[in-house]
Amino acid sequence: MTKRVSYTLASTLESVNRAESIAAETAARAGFNEDEQSNIAMAVREATVNAVLHGNAYDPDKKVFVVYENTSDALVITITDQGKGLDAVNLPDPLAPENLMKGSGRGIFLIRAFMDEVKFRNTQPGTEITLIKHLGRNAANEEELQ
Amino acid sequence: MTMKASSRQVNGVTVVDMMGRITLGEGSVVLRDTIRDLLGRGEKKILLNLGNVTYIDSSGIGELVSAFTSVRNQGGELKLLNLTKKVHDLLQITKLYTVFDIRDDETAAVGAFK
Repeated sequence: MTKRVSYTLASTLESVNRAESIAAETAARAGFNEDEQSNIAMAVREATVNAVLHGNAYDPDKKVFVVYENTSDALVITITDQGKGLDAVNLPDPLAPENLMKGSGRGIFLIRAFMDEVKFRNTQPGTEITLIKHLGRNAANEEELQ
Repeated sequence: MTMKASSRQVNGVTVVDMMGRITLGEGSVVLRDTIRDLLGRGEKKILLNLGNVTYIDSSGIGELVSAFTSVRNQGGELKLLNLTKKVHDLLQITKLYTVFDIRDDETAAVGAFK
């Protein structure tokens, strides 16, 4: 049976912490181990930071929508902002020598490292990112751009 | 938990004991301000003790990189001490493990400064 819970959050750092905490609790309830719970929570934190900071730019009139969905074999988390959109295809590689010592640009890289699947969708305006972690499977790091 | 940082002098090296989370917002700001204050006082041999840092996000990683660069640009040295497994793994994933001088023994770390 699929369980689905959704939240509408303000564009604040408090929302980032809340989305992260809920992710950790949801992952624990879904049966993920401690490392996986931590990784899922961090991926959700990074995605919510992007939504609040880069997407909505802390605009109090814009919201972040977070949906946690527990299916029989996976946790699916969707985070949507109302910002100007994200070009996920042309993001710089943070591991490239010219980027290694930069002070930012690692968030989506970490999300991809910690989740099994990461999907981006332009919601015009805004960006929707879907994070999927399967139960009982090590990260295969699949990615699908829509 | 909020971030706390306290510093002490050991044989000419400033050891900064950090506690809490280095994340976007307060944690990153505490680290940035601490490094800026130390450099402002001319303290350029800095050993960051991360043994009680429970969590670092991408913003915190970026702040560590910025701290390393700031200290180096002023002719100083910044080393890391006592990484937790989580922080260790993050620095490996981001290929920063070989960038930083990472130590697990304070006495040896202090002795390694030039």
